[in-house]
Amino acid sequence: MTSMNMGMAVNNALSLEMERDPNVFLLGEDIGYPGGVLGVTAGLQAKFGEKRVLDTPISESAIIGAAVGAAAAGLRPVAELMFVDFIGVCLDQLFNQAAKMRYMFGGKAKIPMVLRTCCGAGIGAAAQHSQSLEAWFMHIPGLKVVLPSTPYDAKGLLISAIRDDNPVVFLENKVLYQIPGEVPDDSYTVPIGEADIKREGNDVTVVATGQMVMRALAVAEKMAADGVSVEVLDPRSLCPLDEDAILESVKKTHRLVIVHEEVKFAGSGAEIAATVAEKAFDYLDAPILRVAAPFCPVPFSGKLEAEFVPSEEKITDAVKAVMEG
Amino acid sequence: MSLTKKKMVDLYTIMLRIRDFEEKIEELVMTATIGGFVHLYVGQEAVATGVCATLTDADYLTSTHRGHGHMIAKGGDVKLMMAELFAKSTGYCKGKGGSMHIADLDLGILGANGIVGGGPPIAVGAAMAAQYKGTDSVCICFSGDGASNQGTTHEAMNLAAVWKAPVVFVAENNHYGEFTSQAKHQCIESITERAAGYGIPGAIVDGNDLVAVYEAAAEAVGRARKGKGPTLLECKTYRIKGHFVGDPEVYREKNEVEGWQKADKDPILRLEKKLIDTKALTKDKVKKIRESVQKEIDEAVKFAEESPEPDVSELMDGVYA
Repeated sequence: MTSMNMGMAVNNALSLEMERDPNVFLLGEDIGYPGGVLGVTAGLQAKFGEKRVLDTPISESAIIGAAVGAAAAGLRPVAELMFVDFIGVCLDQLFNQAAKMRYMFGGKAKIPMVLRTCCGAGIGAAAQHSQSLEAWFMHIPGLKVVLPSTPYDAKGLLISAIRDDNPVVFLENKVLYQIPGEVPDDSYTVPIGEADIKREGNDVTVVATGQMVMRALAVAEKMAADGVSVEVLDPRSLCPLDEDAILESVKKTHRLVIVHEEVKFAGSGAEIAATVAEKAFDYLDAPILRVAAPFCPVPFSGKLEAEFVPSEEKITDAVKAVMEG
Repeated sequence: MSLTKKKMVDLYTIMLRIRDFEEKIEELVMTATIGGFVHLYVGQEAVATGVCATLTDADYLTSTHRGHGHMIAKGGDVKLMMAELFAKSTGYCKGKGGSMHIADLDLGILGANGIVGGGPPIAVGAAMAAQYKGTDSVCICFSGDGASNQGTTHEAMNLAAVWKAPVVFVAENNHYGEFTSQAKHQCIESITERAAGYGIPGAIVDGNDLVAVYEAAAEAVGRARKGKGPTLLECKTYRIKGHFVGDPEVYREKNEVEGWQKADKDPILRLEKKLIDTKALTKDKVKKIRESVQKEIDEAVKFAEESPEPDVSELMDGVYA
């Protein structure tokens, strides 16, 4: 076991998989020699060489598309999109090509690629470098979408994603890159599509993703002192979504609060809320509440950005509201 | 690498196969026997045939929305293609893909593509993979004058150049990008003028001269196989039919089209004349080949008609591996 932050956990997962499987290679902007804009891929090119860790020109469509072609031809590429906000310039290769080739070709093609990218606000990177766009990717049949909240989950899920024969969008929250956690040194997998109860409780289920998991846990700890037992459930994967785990939790607690960093309107929480309302309506003692970002781009001002990202206070208010029924 | 007479006769047969297949498809769409958007390759047969004659099953190609010609040229089975267009479960894609997404991974055909410019980045990846695995396989990227303005095409050519990837970018300049003539959609006369901009060699060839296409492609493919990187090979041709079947073609004159169908321009008639003049074929042999190809197409239609549709239980198959 080693204490490492999420950035190091991702680095470790990439290194282990590249050691294990010669077909795994990395491509992206500044990932090789410079080690990645946020340092996540540091040391990998020195270890594996330029043929396996490729620095590319700034051409996202070509990068993602090359990953699609290489995957279709039998390799297992891990492409990096520097910031999820850049998906706009290359989305076709992901959602019309990678996601659909297998289906359109009658089940014959296999696109075992991973698209790693960073998301989330909190470092003053402003509107075009801070978004959370999980819902976009969840909406495309053929893609898998993963959003780990801890270094342990990140390493295990990335290893699973690399071994998965489908295109996986692997979302790394950029604030979480710096947060340490205990991680086993050897290789292990965390299954895609399996949620994790980060804290057990009986009074209310808080489904939280990404950076929000830590905030939900902090709220749970504080509210325990007030006699409220909060269960924090981290889906870890958004597509496939572990519906069973969420429903089981809500059937136990009868109350649901969803917390995500995406904008509230049409975010991943809407899908979770609708699913629970549809399948566990009779178990609910209160309306389902979502705590999420407001419907605006991410502001540059630190003060406004702090207002944008759901706070512990807002999560607490929501938990109290559902407790009142 | 020059073509033997026998090989030329084989390629002539392939070109006829493409032509007859496409004309049959046109008939079937116009009579509402088959549906969907279909984009015909009539008039461009020499490009696909000449280029694919330099390839093996170990080589790849990415195609366009106008992909039937590429598929037939690389050895696609017209029965399975026809069944796919009939949306039958015996089709190449089990009826799930249709004309714009037809593919055969066993032949290295990484699919027709409904997105203009969708293929070039994928081609670079497949080529890079071939190199990564230590093989001398190449990937042909077929695209048109329309796609030459798409951002993805520029990105792919630049990346292929930087990686020295074994891609041959075959730009089929058929004079039209959808409904807009080339003269109106770009300021340059030849797409190849951009090759220098990417730092790669470019060549222009008469795309309706099968032998010339073959020889130019062989050189470009040979370069790629030796690790010397990509080439932009522009094949000047002409799109005889509309952009899609049913296109009223308000944007061009009939006599322009008819000019390209004359014996001195049509790729099949030109090769046919060469084969007869060099005594590789007789008029009688030509007749027999034409009849035989026509029979193949008729049998393909019969196969498609008699094939079952996919079952509704197959709707969700193949979304995930």
